[in-house]
Amino acid sequence: MSPLLSVRDLKVSFDTEDGVVAAVSGVSYDVEAGKTLGIVGESGSGKTVGTLTIMGLTRAVNTKISGEALFDGKDLLTSSEQQMRSIRGDEIAMIFQDPLSSLHPFFTIGAQLVEAIQVHRNVSKAAARDRAAELLGMVGLSDPRSRLSSYPHEFSGGMRQRVMIAMALANDPRLLIADEPTTALDVTVQAQILELIADLQRQTGTAMIIITHDLGVVAEVADEIAVMYAGRIVEQASAADLFANPQHPYTRGLLASIPRLDRDRSIGLDPIAGRPPSMISPPGGCAFHPRCPRAFDRCSEELPQLEAVAGSSNHRVACLLEPAERSRKA
Amino acid sequence: MSGDPLVEVRDLEMHFPLTRGVVLQRQYGAVRAVDGVSFSVGRGETFGLVGESGCGKSTTGRLIMRLLEPTGGQVLFEGEDITHSGRRELAPLRRDAQMVFQDPYSSLNPRKTVGSIIAEPFIIHGLASSADERRREVRDLMDRVGLNPEHYNRYPHQFSGGQRQRIGVARAIALKPKLLVADEPVSALDVSIQAQIINLLQDLQSELGLTLIFIAHDLSVVRHMCDRIAVMYLGKIVELTASEICFTEPRHPYTGALLASVPIPDPSISSVGRRPVLKGDVPSPSAPPAGCRFHTRCPKAQALCSQQEPPLAEQVNGSMVACHFPLDQAEATALLPK
Repeated sequence: MSPLLSVRDLKVSFDTEDGVVAAVSGVSYDVEAGKTLGIVGESGSGKTVGTLTIMGLTRAVNTKISGEALFDGKDLLTSSEQQMRSIRGDEIAMIFQDPLSSLHPFFTIGAQLVEAIQVHRNVSKAAARDRAAELLGMVGLSDPRSRLSSYPHEFSGGMRQRVMIAMALANDPRLLIADEPTTALDVTVQAQILELIADLQRQTGTAMIIITHDLGVVAEVADEIAVMYAGRIVEQASAADLFANPQHPYTRGLLASIPRLDRDRSIGLDPIAGRPPSMISPPGGCAFHPRCPRAFDRCSEELPQLEAVAGSSNHRVACLLEPAERSRKA
Repeated sequence: MSGDPLVEVRDLEMHFPLTRGVVLQRQYGAVRAVDGVSFSVGRGETFGLVGESGCGKSTTGRLIMRLLEPTGGQVLFEGEDITHSGRRELAPLRRDAQMVFQDPYSSLNPRKTVGSIIAEPFIIHGLASSADERRREVRDLMDRVGLNPEHYNRYPHQFSGGQRQRIGVARAIALKPKLLVADEPVSALDVSIQAQIINLLQDLQSELGLTLIFIAHDLSVVRHMCDRIAVMYLGKIVELTASEICFTEPRHPYTGALLASVPIPDPSISSVGRRPVLKGDVPSPSAPPAGCRFHTRCPKAQALCSQQEPPLAEQVNGSMVACHFPLDQAEATALLPK
């Protein structure tokens, strides 16, 4: 079976006053129907820009885009703005980080949901309202009928994120892109929303891309994980493999730098030295080499390609170190 | 905890008035941000204040720093009552207690060089009076927090978030304070940078013998940093206990729910679908529920909980817990990762 979304060698760069920002420099991945891909990375790693580009939301005169993003065989990057409008919110939907600024403060929740439905479906207002109430019920809001006439400010952060999820699901999308969906929420509410997303995915069979900086969140929801650094995927594997057997020094570094509730408290944190590179003049060779504790001379000259890890079918890593060297303690 | 506590708060209250009208203001209610909080922090100790947004943890920090004047209760610093001290009387506190803020972008003056930002405490308190001496002190401080002293004349915008937080830390430790209140010092930083700042704070604490009040919502970070922890909910402490006990033997259902909610970066112990999810949101602190404030979301709530407020009482394991029906160990274990 061919994947639902197949991204090949996606490159995105922006011309700015300070120079060309190479936000994404050659990213490829597949998303299978019904599966969840987690994209992990720090600020500026290109994790958000890549998916926004797939949605056609970064098109501007100063943007250069290349590569392809085949959604059900159709290239989204070359589709017209009109075609994209009919796909967005219908076949592909998105949930953003900040539910307050993603909802219009002047319109009721009902009006905004009805609009999202009527843009794509030729249904009466009454039918759309019924559907809107059904959606609010689905995302766990009590008394959904009367909630339709509430305004966003009357809702808490968690409830607003539920509304955003309802809106994203309004037209039964085949692919849902969630960009840091729980980052703005408190931890008990984050647990509710993660649970809700997992539940809804089981019911609807929607494929999902979840973008986050939180390794705990991806571990809970993703089937497959891609780790991004400086515009490239540096490691990609099934969730179980990535956490059990991380290969790239960056992935290993990330895992060693977070305090964990399931570990002994006395285990010290081992931070990654330095900071993420400027995307205007990224370091040559492997972009991680200035911060990598295992870097050797080739790392600053040669760009490592994403290659399969021996003994694993779909675990791939972009690192020049010998496999045995990678797992050795620095 | 040894000897006298450095900081003590008794029945601390901060009710922010809600008013109506422009000229003739009339108070119609109050946000009970902090509503009767008592604890003491020993010298050299790291004390954690944890809770979700709106629980009053930051307000408590600001009250201890006397950036706010409490509407009730007492704040004692080195045994001295500073609850209602005026500006002049607070001068020694301003030197002995310092704060590190969450947002390293808005807590540094963009028009000042890093050198002058870090030198400012010396000028305010009339220390290191010659310019040369100040420059030497500032360079030492920059070196100590891991900044390049040659960047003395740069401006904050030339630094990354993690480096800016180092500037904030350098400014805070400039006068060798006794107390450092760190309000979410790492939550605005990237994951790989957070550990750098956490390690820096720990190193400085052991070098300088600092007492640290660490305010955060991230339980993993708090557990890593703190000796003792107060879990807050809607302006009250619900559990006050030693760090290791808090994370292995939680007794308040809210503490248990918080622990169960933390996503663990290991798919083999992922908890989606298994953990009991806390229903609903935190109620408004301007109209907190009667009785136990947690009863509206508590899985163990009974009739008594909505009528009578539980006092903070000592449990068998030494924890102070405000609950009529605390968790037993079997219930607690079920909520913990693994």
